Amino acid sequence: GQSGLGKSTMVNTLFKSKVSRKATQPGREERIPKTVQLQSVTHVIEEKGVKMKLTVTDTPGFGDQINNENCWDPIIKYINEQYERYLREEILITRKRKIPDTRVHGCVYFVPPTGHWLRPLDLEFMRRLSKIVNVVPVIAKADTLTLEERAEFKQRIQRDLKAHAISVYPQEDFDEDPDDRALNDRIREENPVHRGGGGKGNGKRVLGRKTKWGIIEVENPMHCEFPMLRDLLIRSHLQDLKDITHNVHYESYRVRRLNES
Amino acid sequence: QNGGYRSLPLSGHVGFDSLPDQLVNKCIKQGFSFNILCIGETGTGKSTLIDSLFNTTFDDPVSTHFQPNVRLRARTYDLQESNVHLKLTIVNTVGFGDQINKEDSYQPIVDYIDAQFEAYLQEELKIKRSLHSYHDTRIHACLYFISPTGHSLKTLDLLTMKSLDSKVNIIPIIGKADSISKTELQRFKVKLMSELVTNGVQIYQFPTDDETISKINAIMNGHLPFAVVGSTEEVKVGNKMVKARQYPWGIVQVENENHCDFVKLREMLICTNMEDLREQTHARHYELYRRCRLEEMGFRDTSPENKPVSLQEAYEAKRHECYVEMQRKEEEMRQVFVQRVKEKEIILKEAEQEIQARFEHLKRLHQEEKLKLERNRRTLEDEMALFVKKKAAAELLQTQTLLSTPISFKKDKDRK
Repeated sequence: GQSGLGKSTMVNTLFKSKVSRKATQPGREERIPKTVQLQSVTHVIEEKGVKMKLTVTDTPGFGDQINNENCWDPIIKYINEQYERYLREEILITRKRKIPDTRVHGCVYFVPPTGHWLRPLDLEFMRRLSKIVNVVPVIAKADTLTLEERAEFKQRIQRDLKAHAISVYPQEDFDEDPDDRALNDRIREENPVHRGGGGKGNGKRVLGRKTKWGIIEVENPMHCEFPMLRDLLIRSHLQDLKDITHNVHYESYRVRRLNES
Repeated sequence: QNGGYRSLPLSGHVGFDSLPDQLVNKCIKQGFSFNILCIGETGTGKSTLIDSLFNTTFDDPVSTHFQPNVRLRARTYDLQESNVHLKLTIVNTVGFGDQINKEDSYQPIVDYIDAQFEAYLQEELKIKRSLHSYHDTRIHACLYFISPTGHSLKTLDLLTMKSLDSKVNIIPIIGKADSISKTELQRFKVKLMSELVTNGVQIYQFPTDDETISKINAIMNGHLPFAVVGSTEEVKVGNKMVKARQYPWGIVQVENENHCDFVKLREMLICTNMEDLREQTHARHYELYRRCRLEEMGFRDTSPENKPVSLQEAYEAKRHECYVEMQRKEEEMRQVFVQRVKEKEIILKEAEQEIQARFEHLKRLHQEEKLKLERNRRTLEDEMALFVKKKAAAELLQTQTLLSTPISFKKDKDRK
C-alpha cells in the first residue's frame, strides 16, 4: 500500500513488537524512493514454546509516483523470486531435509479509506497479485469512516472485486468447511494503533488511539475489525495460508516455469 | 541459535501458539496413511500378529507351502479411532522361504519397494501434480519375522535383510515366540543382534533425539528383536476375557508383558514412533532412491545456477534420445518386414513355376493321348469303310446269284 496508510503500525500491532521501523520516526529522513523497493526484515518470535520465524516485507514507494504504471512489477518479481528459490532447492538431486521457505504466504493490501470505490491502481494490483499469492485486502485508517460509511464501502469493494473476478483470500473454491465460508465472506477492516499510547477505557489499559473526541480501541470489535484480521492471519488460518501457498500458488508457478523452459 | 536472526520480545499475547493445533486439525481432516510390509516364512504368524495389533480380523486366507515363487499381496483398509482416519496397507509375502531354490526369494520384495518409490517419484516429477492428495503407498515399516529356531539367523534372512536395509525401516521380530523358553530366548536375542551387527545390517533404531520419548525408546532398542505371540481368540483368565493361546500346560497371554513383547511392539510401532517411521521413509530412504534414480537417468547437480533449465534440457535430450531410438527400432522392424516379404515372394514364385511346369506336363500328356485316340479312331474308320465295301460286294454277289437261279428257288419253294 501507499505510504502513510499505517502498514508498519499494523504489523507492529499484530505481532505486539517492533517488527518494522515506522517511516515517521524522528531522525529518519523522509524520502520517497524513486522506484518501488522491497525491504524484508526477519525476526524470530516465540510464544509458549512455539517458535516462529517471521519475515515482513514492506513496499515503500508503491503507488507514490506521479506515473504508477507497472509499480507492481518489482513486487511480482519478488514473489516469483521466492518461488524460484524454492523450486531450485526442490529439483536438486541431493536436497536438504527441510527446504528453507521464503515464499510469501500472505499479502496484505491496504486500501485507502476514500469511502467510494476501489481505485484503478487497487484493482490492477489486486487482479495481478491474487493470481500468484494470497491477497488479504484491508481498509486502512478506518477510524475516518463512520460505521454506515464503512459498511457501504465494504459492500462496494466486494461488488467491485466480484465484477472484476478478483479472488482474494480466502478463496471461495478452497472453502471446504461451510462454517469457514460464513466466517470468510467479509473483507476485513483495520485501525492502526498508536503504539504504547495506551489510553484508559473502563479503567484498564487498552491498545488504542487517543483523540480529542474519544478513545478508539483497537481490540474492541465494535470499534474496528482488527481482532478479526489478527484471528484470520494468525490464530485460525495461518496454516491454511501456508498450505494454499504451497499447494496452489507454488504449484501453478511450477507448472508455468516447467512449461515455458 | 536462531539461524542468525534477531529474537524479538513480544509485549502481549499474539496467538500463534495455536499453530500446532491448526496443523493437527488439518492433518486430522486429511487422514493418515501407513503401510506395513510383513516378511517371513509361511507359518511364522504374520497374519495373526497383524490381526492382534489392530484388533480386527483382516481376512487373509491361509496360504499353502507350495507356491512356485514369492509373491506380494497388498491389501488396503480404512480404520478409524476417535476422529482419526488411518488408511492402512498391509503387504504380505506369500511363499517366502518355501522354494527349494531360494536364490530369487528377496528380489520380488526389493522390486515391490522400488516400484512404490518409483510411483511417488513419477508423481513428483510430473508437471501438473497433486502431491497433497496422493495416496502414499511407500512402505513405512518392514516387520521381519524370524523363525523361532532358537539358534541363529538363517542365510535367507541375512541375505534378504541386507538387500532391504537401505530401502526400508526393518524391525526384526521373533514370531511364535511361545515355542522358546525364557533362557533360550535371551540367548537367541543376543545371538541375533550380534549377527546383525557383524553382517552390517542396518535395522531401524527408535529415535532418541526427542526428550519426551528418548528414554523409553532407548530402553526398547535394547529389547530388540521383539519376541511376539499373536492371537485372535479370547480365553478367560481370572474374570476377564483376554487374547491368549491355550495349551494343556498353561495359557500364553498376548498382552502380558511377562509372556511376550507384544505390548512393546504395539507401543513402539503404533503409539510412539509411527510418525518417525513415516518421516524416515520419506526423508532418508526415498531421498536415497530418488538421488540414485535421477543420477541413473543422467541428471547432475553440477551447475546450480542452471538448475531448472538444465533439467529441462536433460529432459529434452532424453526425449530426443528415446525418439531417435524409436525411429531406429521402427526402421529395423520395417527392414525385417521387407525382408520377410521378399522371401515369401520368392517362395511363392517358385511354387507358381512348379505348378506351371506341372500344368505343361499334363497338357503334353493330354495332347499325346488325344493323338493316340485320333489314330485309333482313324484305324477304326478305315476298318469300317473296308467292312462296308466288303458288305456291299457280298450283297452284289448275292443278288447276282439270285437272278441266275430263280426257278430252282421257286420249285424249292413250291415243293416246300
